[in-house]
Amino acid sequence: MFSTIAFLIISFVTLLIFAVPKPLKYYFTLGLLVAGIALTSVWSISVLTGSEQLREIPLFLPSAGTGFVLVIDALSAFFILVINITVLIGFLYARGYLAPYGQRMNALRFSIHYFSYLWLWLSMLMVVMIRDGLSFLIVWEIMALSSFFLVIFDAEERSIMKTGINYLIQMHVGMFFILVAFLLVQDATGRMSFDALGEYFAGHRNLPLFLLFFTGFAIKAGFIPLHTWLPEAHPAAPSHVSGVMSGVMIKMGIYGIVRVVVPMQSDLLVTGILIVVISLITGVMGVMMAIVQNDLKKLLAYSSIENIGIIGLGIGMGVIGQALDNPSLTLLGFSGAVLHILNHSLFKSLLFFNAGSVYHATHTRNMEQLGGLMRRMPWTAMLFLTGSLAICGLPPFNGFISEYLIYMGMFNSLSGSALYPSILIVGSVAALSLIGGMAVFCFTRAFGITFLGEPRSEEARHAREAGRSMIIPQIGTVALILLIGLGSPLVVQPVFEIVNRTWSLASQPMITGAFASNLSQISIAGGVFVVTLAALLLYRRYHLGRRSVTTGPTWGCGYTAVTPKQQYTATSFAYNYNHLAKPVLQTRKEIDEIGENEIFPGKKRFASHSDDLFKRNLIDRPVDCVAGLLKKIAVMQTGQIRHYILYAFVFMLLVLLLAMLNIL
Amino acid sequence: MTMAGFILIAVAAFFFPGIILRTKSLASGRKGPGLFQPLKDIAVLLRKGSVFSGTTGLIFRIAPSVTLASLTGAMLLLPFAEQKAVLSFEGDFILFAYLLALGKFFTIIAALDTGSSFEGMGASREALFSMLVEPAFFVLLATFAMFTGYTSFSVIFNHFFITGNDYVLIYSIIGAYLFVQIAMVENSRLPVDDPKTHLELTMIHEVMILDYSGFDKALIHIGTYLKFSVYGSLIYNLVVPAGWNIILQTGLFLAVQGLFAVVIGFTESFRARNKMNKNPKFILTLSAIALIAFIVILILTEKLA
Repeated sequence: MFSTIAFLIISFVTLLIFAVPKPLKYYFTLGLLVAGIALTSVWSISVLTGSEQLREIPLFLPSAGTGFVLVIDALSAFFILVINITVLIGFLYARGYLAPYGQRMNALRFSIHYFSYLWLWLSMLMVVMIRDGLSFLIVWEIMALSSFFLVIFDAEERSIMKTGINYLIQMHVGMFFILVAFLLVQDATGRMSFDALGEYFAGHRNLPLFLLFFTGFAIKAGFIPLHTWLPEAHPAAPSHVSGVMSGVMIKMGIYGIVRVVVPMQSDLLVTGILIVVISLITGVMGVMMAIVQNDLKKLLAYSSIENIGIIGLGIGMGVIGQALDNPSLTLLGFSGAVLHILNHSLFKSLLFFNAGSVYHATHTRNMEQLGGLMRRMPWTAMLFLTGSLAICGLPPFNGFISEYLIYMGMFNSLSGSALYPSILIVGSVAALSLIGGMAVFCFTRAFGITFLGEPRSEEARHAREAGRSMIIPQIGTVALILLIGLGSPLVVQPVFEIVNRTWSLASQPMITGAFASNLSQISIAGGVFVVTLAALLLYRRYHLGRRSVTTGPTWGCGYTAVTPKQQYTATSFAYNYNHLAKPVLQTRKEIDEIGENEIFPGKKRFASHSDDLFKRNLIDRPVDCVAGLLKKIAVMQTGQIRHYILYAFVFMLLVLLLAMLNIL
Repeated sequence: MTMAGFILIAVAAFFFPGIILRTKSLASGRKGPGLFQPLKDIAVLLRKGSVFSGTTGLIFRIAPSVTLASLTGAMLLLPFAEQKAVLSFEGDFILFAYLLALGKFFTIIAALDTGSSFEGMGASREALFSMLVEPAFFVLLATFAMFTGYTSFSVIFNHFFITGNDYVLIYSIIGAYLFVQIAMVENSRLPVDDPKTHLELTMIHEVMILDYSGFDKALIHIGTYLKFSVYGSLIYNLVVPAGWNIILQTGLFLAVQGLFAVVIGFTESFRARNKMNKNPKFILTLSAIALIAFIVILILTEKLA
């Protein structure tokens, strides 16, 4: 009973938001957040630094029968920290972001928003702490619902509501798979819990259950082809919410997959190969579709899909390492994935926040309308640039470290492996490097078109820098990014520890020791780079200071009446690429043709769209098909009562007939 | 002495552009400028002042320095003869590739910073081509890692010729060929890009740096020359066994770099540039060749019987 009471108390406290006066709501929520974050972070740090394997939280003492026990092990502790960092920075950022909505929206809307934000955070925390299946599904549902309410915050537009509903339906499809999987476990072991998975896997085939769980969790994580909700929902949500959703919420899907993979005992090779193949498709397709987006936040959403692919690649390689009994591949694959979860939560939330600041200042997310913002919003631009460099995996930022770990797992395993693993690994190396190259293409375009050059619209021309309250919290994220990038040995050791404890790998001092030295060399290289750069820039300053420096127009090839409209646009930047990726992307073009008799052609328009192939073929087509079918059946719905009586009569006759023939 | 590789690369870079230029002149029947003309050009640039476009901002101004600094970092990872590189660790070639990518990232966004459609076009092309060439490099290095069992430039090259495999010359030749081609793509030379083209519409790299002048332009040139000798050093390590006499090696190193420059010069004299839309195919072919090299190694190391 006690656990239920604790749950009710938390619910009641969060409900108080509705009673707090409007100007204080933000601070009330912030207070609750900070208190909760402090408490849970202390728990998780004590688990990570302590010797105990896991820790049950006394607040939720188990009473017989109820499953609401909170358990923190190394993996949960790691996820708790990731959740807390992004949720806190997101909320600090939200103060400035929500300010303009203050007049337009009433107190109730704000209450619902803060309430949902709190519950998204609480439910994510509980997702990673609860082991019992039924309770897990409950908090999983709360997570889906609260994020739904967050997505539709700005739902004056009908399309946003539609997106929200689409999201909600897809989440429930995913939940159905997880539920079925749990029921199978319940059926076989009598317990419905993550703890019972080991018992189930020991006695049954592993792959089918894994597939059920994987499908359910993959919808949340956004593995292709189950990703279609993601590029719709992320742009629709307010930016601090997109940052949290993309930074941590989709990682809950990864968390679920990891929880299921850990106790698996057979079918490991098949599972590993399956995860790797799906992840590579996800990574490559994700970034391919990211490149052609003109909506800044949609681009970031697709790039999240790409990063889920990289994380999945690490997990898949780890599983293959387990199957082949290759400790180096296991450790490095899993560690790369775990570190990339943290890294992605940092730089992706950073990117979303700054995309939000851009939207805030210009009221558009369309890159074709932006440009020249670096001059007007220097801080936002620098933050976005940091995020872009980090997400491309470039040194000396954090993305490089996690990609390096995954690469190293693969490279180290090449020489000893048999034929087929070697082929798989080389294929993955090629794909991962291609993903890296495409990410550079994608983010040079995103940053360059949005922030550099001349403004392409009046809104962009008059953009103003985001407020200090929006920028200062993000400095924290940047500091963490640089800490991981330049001080990687400090961070990777704990990650190794988490992986060793989660997968109960025998400690491998050989590998971890060698890696400490590798990583410190990377730090030195990063340091050399920074110092060289600083020296060059200082000398440059001195050098230019003693020579004439003048300003002129950009070289226009002799043409002087250049307008901002003539700049290379987002679409034209991706044109060559689009040509190359045609078979996969299928760009649609709408052109008003000039008629034969039009001597003086009127206004014409041209538009091009890059559709999501999977969305069209997997969601839209079948839905249209079913809808069409149902429309035909609707002929029977005449609205005349005598027809309905006839249907009932026919039905009864049919039942009677079947009963007489002993078929029923 | 671990700095030997670093210093030699820097020295080779001094002669590199001059040799290319001289080869091209001789091949076209001209006398051509002196060997050090490109260096004199840099000296002139360093003496001059700068003109910046009013559209450009911070990115445009720091990009050349970032590119050069990243290149300096990458040079520290390259070994010479039996000596390890200044920084040598497992997977250092990943850092090498990503450092070069960092430089490229800044070159691309600096071009976009000018707001010129020509430079945007060049940036788009360069981004596309360097994206496509990435897998070739990684597959090639993965192949070497599998062949030697090591994952660091220094150790791979040290063990390359002493694995006891009889067919090592085949890998050496394929590897050197691929490095030459990758270097051509990365440095924007023929057949992907022609540095001597005079029309902005057909340029790739040259059009991206149209607006640079003075000090920054000098940095860009220095970076280009260094990049040549960086790839030259990779090629050298693949064709000359690391165990040979160090003095002989120093001579050979300069000879290989010189030969590389001559090859580039001759290629540029006798070959036309690809049509622009043929370039992706050409670059993807490199990845395909790298994959073939991988399969060849699978066969020759008897994994694939």
